Parts: sequence; C-alpha cells; structure tokens
Amino acid sequence: MTAMVKAEGIHKSFGAVQVLKGIDLEVQTGEVFCLIGPSGSGKSTFLRCINHLEKINAGRLYVDGELVGYRQKGDKLYELKDSEVALKRRDIGMVFQRFNLFPHMTAAENVMEAPVQVKGVSRAQARERARELLEKVGLGDKAGNYPSQLSGGQQQRVAIARALAMEPKLMLFDEPTSALDPELVGDVLDVMRDLAESGMTMVVVTHEMGFAREVGDSLVFMDGGVVVESGNPRDVLTNPQEERTQSFLSKVL
Amino acid sequence: MTVDVNKTDGPADTPPAGPEAIKAIPVRHPGRYVSAAIALGLLGSIVYAFAQGNINWGAVPEYFFNDRVIEGLLNTLLLTVVSMLIGIVGGILLAVMRLSKNPVTSSIAWFYIWFFRGTPVLVQLFVWFNLGIVFTYINLGPIYKDYWSVFMTPLLTALLGLGLNEAAYMAEICRAGLLSVDEGQTEASHALGMSHAKTLRRIVIPQAMRVIVPPTGNEVINMLKTTSLVSAVGYMDLFKVAQDIGQRAGSVVEMFFLASAWYLILTSVFSVGQYYLERYYAKGSTRSLPPTPVQRFKAAVLPARRPKGVSA
Repeated sequence: MTAMVKAEGIHKSFGAVQVLKGIDLEVQTGEVFCLIGPSGSGKSTFLRCINHLEKINAGRLYVDGELVGYRQKGDKLYELKDSEVALKRRDIGMVFQRFNLFPHMTAAENVMEAPVQVKGVSRAQARERARELLEKVGLGDKAGNYPSQLSGGQQQRVAIARALAMEPKLMLFDEPTSALDPELVGDVLDVMRDLAESGMTMVVVTHEMGFAREVGDSLVFMDGGVVVESGNPRDVLTNPQEERTQSFLSKVL
Repeated sequence: MTVDVNKTDGPADTPPAGPEAIKAIPVRHPGRYVSAAIALGLLGSIVYAFAQGNINWGAVPEYFFNDRVIEGLLNTLLLTVVSMLIGIVGGILLAVMRLSKNPVTSSIAWFYIWFFRGTPVLVQLFVWFNLGIVFTYINLGPIYKDYWSVFMTPLLTALLGLGLNEAAYMAEICRAGLLSVDEGQTEASHALGMSHAKTLRRIVIPQAMRVIVPPTGNEVINMLKTTSLVSAVGYMDLFKVAQDIGQRAGSVVEMFFLASAWYLILTSVFSVGQYYLERYYAKGSTRSLPPTPVQRFKAAVLPARRPKGVSA
C-alpha cells in the first residue's frame, strides 16, 4: 500500500495561537482514516491543511506523493500559484460540517457546477452524471430542489454527491454529521459507509465513534495539537492506552 | 419557475369546520372616523387651492407628447441608463479593489469613494465642465486631439459627472453585497477546484445580488431624478426642455407639473422592473415565491388555463 496522505511535523498557528504542534501521520490509499478528539484539538485544521485551505507554517505535507501548496527545487520551496493549487484540489473532495451547498442552485446544479466549470464537461453529460450520483446517495427525486427545500441530512448527501462529481482520489469529511438532527445522521453515515466499501480513501473528522469503530481502518486521537494515540479503531476505542484518550472516550461513549 | 396557483385559491382565513365560530360585536373606533375626516378635509383644501390657482391646466396635456418633451425624456432615460451602467461597472471594480489584499489598490478605492461621496454632484458637474483650466487640450495621440471645451460636450460632462459619482455609491453597495455571502461558499467552491474568478462570478456574485439589487433599484430611481441637475451644464434633459418651453410659452409652473408627471411615470415603471429583478435573484432563498400580480390576474381571469411551465 502507498500513502495517500503523508504528514511530517506539521505545525500551524493562527497568530499567536499554536493549533498544530507537529503532526506526523500516514493515510494509506483505500483506507478510512478517522480523526477524533475534543474540539479545539486541531483535527479540523489539519484536515483543511490537506487541501491547502489553510497554509502550514512548518513541516511537510504530501498528497499522493506530491507536496501540498509548494514545489521543491533543490532545497528551496516555491509557493504554488492559485491556479496550480486549484488543479490539485480537483482530486480532493471535501464535505463540510455546515454543508455549504450553493443556495442559488438546485441539487442537480450543485453537483454539475464543478465538472462543467472546472473540467469543461458538457452540461448534458454532467446532468446525467449528477442524476446518477444523486440516485446513489438516495436523492434521485430531489434533483430539482433547492437546498432550502431539503433537510440537513439531504443537503449533506447532496454535498457528498457534489464532491464525488469531480471523481476525487481522496475525500475529506469535516464533522459531516455534527450539524444534523440525530435521526438524520444515519442516512449520511450509510452513504459514507457505501463510499468506504467502494474503496475510496477517506479522512474523516468525526464524533461518531460507532462509525469509526465499524468503518474505520485507522484512527488517530488528537488533543492540544498533537497526536496522542493512534492505531486500529477497535483497539483504540475499546482499549485506549493513554490517559487522555481514556478520559475523552469515557465522556463521549 | 413553476408556481402552484392552486395554493392561493380561496381566502386564507376561512374558519375551520367544527365548533361554532364566535360571533361578537366588534369594538368601535370612532377616533378613526374623526382622523379620516380631518385628513380628507386637508387634502380637499389643497386640491381646491390648486384648482383655484391661476394655472393653465390645459397646457399640460397640450405639451405632454410634444416632440421636444419626448426628446428631453429620451435624453433623460439615456443619461440614467448609461450613468447607471458606468456606476455599476465602476462600483463593482471599486468594491473588488477595496476588498483586495493589495494595499495600494484598496487605498486608491478608499480615496476615490471618500472624494466622490464627499463632494456635491452639482459641483462635480461644474468641475468636469470647466476642467479646461487644467487641461487646455485633450490629446490621445493619433486617435484624438482637441480643445477640452470642445471635447467636453454637455452629454459627456453629464455622463462622467453622474456616472463617476454613482460609482462611489455603488461601490459601497457592492461591497456590502460581497461581504454578505458566507465564507463557507468561497471555501466550498475553492475546495472543488474553482478559480478565484469563477468563484466570484458563479458563486459569490449571484448570491450577493440579493443584497445588491434592492438598494441599486433605489439608486436608479435617485439617478433618474438627479439627472435634472445636468440642465445646469446645458444638457437638454426633460427638466431643461420643460424649463425652456415654460419660459417661451409663459407657462413655467405648468411645465414643471408636466415634468413631474413624466418623472413619476418613469420611476413607477422602474419600480415594477425592480420587483421582477428581485424575484429573479430570490431564487432558492424562499421555499416558494408568491405569484406575481400578473400570475394572480391570470389565475383569477383564466381559471381553465394553466400558467406557463406548470405541467399537468
């Protein structure tokens, strides 16, 4: 197996606040990689560094063997142009906690937007693909609805379809179910489970320990900007070694 | 846009079937009759005063469709539309400049807005007209060369004066609109690999329009009225024409009434346009839009026919 994401000593600070204090980890191709931890532990920030929505201050971050946000020539780093960053982001899908669907477009238009605008796919082809993807997330009959006409769970599934439309090789999930009513969480997790079974590489920031245990291949517990414990989710969740992991899990489980 | 016409059928507040509805004698409001009578009395006395005044009312319809009036009207419309276009394009440019990370461009935009908002537009018009003191010639190399006074026609003065002034106001409206769009939208768009320009054009601006359109409609109506200032630099707009005719025909006040009537008609037409534009950009924001007056009329008059876009 090769590493889809490789992080070496990632540091990130917002002003004087250090959010990431040296993260080292590897996400293997095809695995579901779960990030858990208390809020403010830096897990969402780390996720956002992977597609360069946040710039790291130190360390090296690689996606599919390529440096994120920079090009290395000799021992010098050159910042990538915006267009080059955009080119790399095409291959990385992202799903946000608050969906961030485009409210002025229907569900189908949301899914079609990036393939048409970024990849230059024909509208007819994109529409057909959008229909398939919406069908896949169980929303075939909602193609013509605007986001305001959909429930939170439905919106999040459209957001997943929108990310998949770019045919990414890596999917990032930033607390995808945290803004949902409890009864709607299941539908979204089902879609993610299907996606995992299809072999997609997924990095998931989540508070859903059940999902992490069932679907996750690896799990990392973060606190205070560092990785506290990592391993197989079933081992870590049932038999945590570190004290901080134990106290966190005792509160959420 | 499909609208379910059936939903609007019937009064909304029909009492539900079941328990007997309450039948009570409503509270009387004698004060309302008194205040209505006073208001009507005052209104009547104003109308009476105008009717008694030495006004030749016949002059208004006589000149209403006069060739010169129509020409002035078209000039006013031309001025309104082109000045607004200059204002909108300039405003978007200035707003983007102000929001840019480049300190030079954002300072220039700030200075421009400070200057043009801080001086009266009438003064600006006179300055443009008389800028020959600074620039004796205008020289664009082989393309164009002439005296400033020849180059600066009343029309050009009016367009520059009004348009550049408007750009300062539109810049603030556009900036407010762009800032009103949630940052998550930009992030989602970037995460999909869309460029800054595409994000702005496809995602941010369409949503900003909801905030931008209503005050812009206001600006258009303001602009229509502000164009009357350009009579001061000799441009033949509706107001200037009305003044000229009034002085020659000895019916000055009558022509002001005529001009007022035309301004009212134009602002009313613009208001209708604004209503439909706002509906267009409200797309996706409300669960279902109420039918337009036209759709309501059609639904009431032609119950058998279905409005366009509704499939059976």
